[in-house]
Amino acid sequence: MTFSISAPICARISARALLLPGLALAALLIAANPHPAAAQAASSSSQNQGASQSAAPTDPERPYIVKDGRVDFHTFNGYRRYGDNCLRCHGPDGAGSSYAPDLTDSLKHMTKEQFEETVINGRKNVTTATENVMPAFGTVPDVVENLDDIYAYLKARSDGVLGRGRPKRLDGED
Amino acid sequence: MTTKNRLFAWAVLAAGLSGAVGLRPAVANEELEKMSQDPKQWVMPAGNYANWRFTELKQITPENAHRLHPVWTFSTGVLRGHEGGPLVVGDMMYVHTPFPNKVFALDLNHDGRIVWAYEPKQDPNVIPVMCCDTVNRGVAYGDGKIFLHQADTTLVALDAKTGKVIWSVKDDDPAKGATGTSAPLVVKDKVLVGVSGGEFGVQGHVTAYNIKDGSMAWRAYSEGPDDQLLFDPEKTTVMGKPVGKDSSLKTWEGDQWKIGGGTTWGWISYDPKLNLVYYGSGNPSTWNPTQRPGDNKWSMTVFARDPDTGVAKWVYQMTPHDEWDYDGINEMILADVKVHGQQRHALVHFDRNGFAYVLDRATGELLEANKFDPAVNWATKVDLTTGRPEVVPQYSTDHNGADHNTKGICPAALGSKDEQPAAFSPVTGLFYVPTNHVCMDYEPYKVTYTAGQPYVGATLSMYPPPGENNLGNFIAYDVNEGKIVWSDPEPFSVWSGALVTATGVAFYGTLDGYLKAVDVKNGKLLYKFKTPSGIIGNVNAYEHNGKEYIAVLSGVGGWAGIGMAAGLTNDTDGLGAVGAYKSLSNYTQLGGVLTVFSVE
Ligand code: HEC
Repeated sequence: MTFSISAPICARISARALLLPGLALAALLIAANPHPAAAQAASSSSQNQGASQSAAPTDPERPYIVKDGRVDFHTFNGYRRYGDNCLRCHGPDGAGSSYAPDLTDSLKHMTKEQFEETVINGRKNVTTATENVMPAFGTVPDVVENLDDIYAYLKARSDGVLGRGRPKRLDGED
Repeated sequence: MTTKNRLFAWAVLAAGLSGAVGLRPAVANEELEKMSQDPKQWVMPAGNYANWRFTELKQITPENAHRLHPVWTFSTGVLRGHEGGPLVVGDMMYVHTPFPNKVFALDLNHDGRIVWAYEPKQDPNVIPVMCCDTVNRGVAYGDGKIFLHQADTTLVALDAKTGKVIWSVKDDDPAKGATGTSAPLVVKDKVLVGVSGGEFGVQGHVTAYNIKDGSMAWRAYSEGPDDQLLFDPEKTTVMGKPVGKDSSLKTWEGDQWKIGGGTTWGWISYDPKLNLVYYGSGNPSTWNPTQRPGDNKWSMTVFARDPDTGVAKWVYQMTPHDEWDYDGINEMILADVKVHGQQRHALVHFDRNGFAYVLDRATGELLEANKFDPAVNWATKVDLTTGRPEVVPQYSTDHNGADHNTKGICPAALGSKDEQPAAFSPVTGLFYVPTNHVCMDYEPYKVTYTAGQPYVGATLSMYPPPGENNLGNFIAYDVNEGKIVWSDPEPFSVWSGALVTATGVAFYGTLDGYLKAVDVKNGKLLYKFKTPSGIIGNVNAYEHNGKEYIAVLSGVGGWAGIGMAAGLTNDTDGLGAVGAYKSLSNYTQLGGVLTVFSVE
């Protein structure tokens, strides 16, 4: 169950890993070390299929659940992981900083694949005029394992269904 | 110094830079000390060793300040956040930039013509390990050399006349997350430099290099065994008593001190009479306090060290076991002032944690610690006998635990004041302090350490104090009475270093781009000018050809650029509500420009 979440990325990463040796490690880490919290959430959601509280989102266009400003566990986890790995450049709530783009805007134009590709491989834009470096997160398990959740959170922000600040959780734990 | 040498030093002053290159190091330092007393020049980051940011120049006064205007400008060609300020040595001005860390030597005799420009080649992979933009807080001068502390921690000595590299040394390893952002300080025959990377678990240190050849003279860590700390367990004191053996090791679990932070990215000051240098250490790593039990010494600490040996004379830890990211790196201002009516040789420090600490700078005795922003709520007071803050459990992120969102803590992690240095006027005896007025929610959670990856472990949201919407104040502060004398509210945090003149004008810059001059008596605005971008640089003064000038770098960025570019989050802004947050991006865009002002 946990695995079905990251399997598609995993496959893509493994394919890419042929080109980028560093990434093989990331793929291995995913395989060997599923995130315990995600595992827990996933198993609890399979137990209460009917309860809106912890149901996993099904629509690939809307990989989140937002109800009355409250979000599912994955989206919340994405908010946190975003805070740990992305906020220092992309600013609070994905809203951009003085040097990294507003991701709520980016996701209006980017596909999920393009998003993943940018985060895994990074991007350097260093010229005489700019010094922008988006780091490659392909070997950072915290990011790779939680990328679906980070995407879900940012997508909810980008779609305008989730406001700024720390979202409240549907399962009631604030 | 012999009479002959003294005469020579004065001759050097008169002739500006020429001749300085040939001096011997020890003499060069006395030369530098003298130069720092010459109000026409601005030869070290804070103007003088005592970190006053004060000028004795008297042409600009409260009466004529309204006639100030920009007289020349210079674009650095670099976009990211421009902290620090220019040096003026003789007829030359030295301007630095954030990554790629260019240095320009400008000829003041020819409208700022570029005499030389230096641009190091650095691996751009250092950019993403700089926590809060690619800032640099300025260069240092001494012995005819300009010292640049690059992002990749290389310390390079450039010939002040030609820009040629004389020597260069690597201070630490960016692959581990160690970076260079702070300005070096030349003391005697050494140049001292700190390190950044508290968000990457770097073990902080200050290192002294011999200015002659760049060889290492000493290195003092912020945490670890006594020989790494350069502590003498019997002679190094805290609160008047010997620190004892293993004073740091005892306050960490296992080997955590090795990735313990306590980085040293702020300012350094120096008292030549006491022969002591002073600086502060930053947050312990991670930001999750539950993961690192103990006081985490000596993070968050004021250090007084012998500049010749590095050995610590005394230490004082302001925020034991930090739970809020209140780095202790802000400048230590050395001022002889009245404290409770008694004249003292004080060290005054406006800490991130919102308390203004006053210590005896010879002994480290804690004289006073009062809040310099009334919003500060994480502690009720600092106990002057134990030196410890009385933490309010409601705002203790450790007490409330990991995965719990502790709300309404003031100040926010960016502190009641960050690195932006305050100014001290020996004329008024008051301090002029740029402050942040921001609160936060803070939720720690477990993180694992990976070398070169952020080691943070807390989610934050920031907002103005309840019922207010100004995110900053520029204040005048009196340490004698421990109180704010006046306070000018600003819509955004005041993130620029201040300057105060002997005539009674205080200067600061704002994030929305204004250079402001205010009357030190009451804070009344005398002059403002909107520079091309937000100001996070420090305001400096100098005189050239008989005219007084004020110089400041604009170029928004730094932590302020991250936190405020898109506006702060409104606490209650659950779902798309139009919150009380303001977007800095509505006011200013990137770009480094130096603007020089005078009254005609
Ligand atoms: C060290 C700073 C930094 C960090 C950390 C960082 N980014 Fe970036 N990111 C950038 C910069 C700079 C760019 C723009 C690069 C360019 O100019 O091409 C960027 C671009 C992007 C883009 C492409 C946006 C677009 O419109 O093309 C995405 C998507 C992205 N980042 C996602 C993330 C995510 C998700 C994380 C956290 C896992 C993250 N970034 C962490 C600096 C960073």
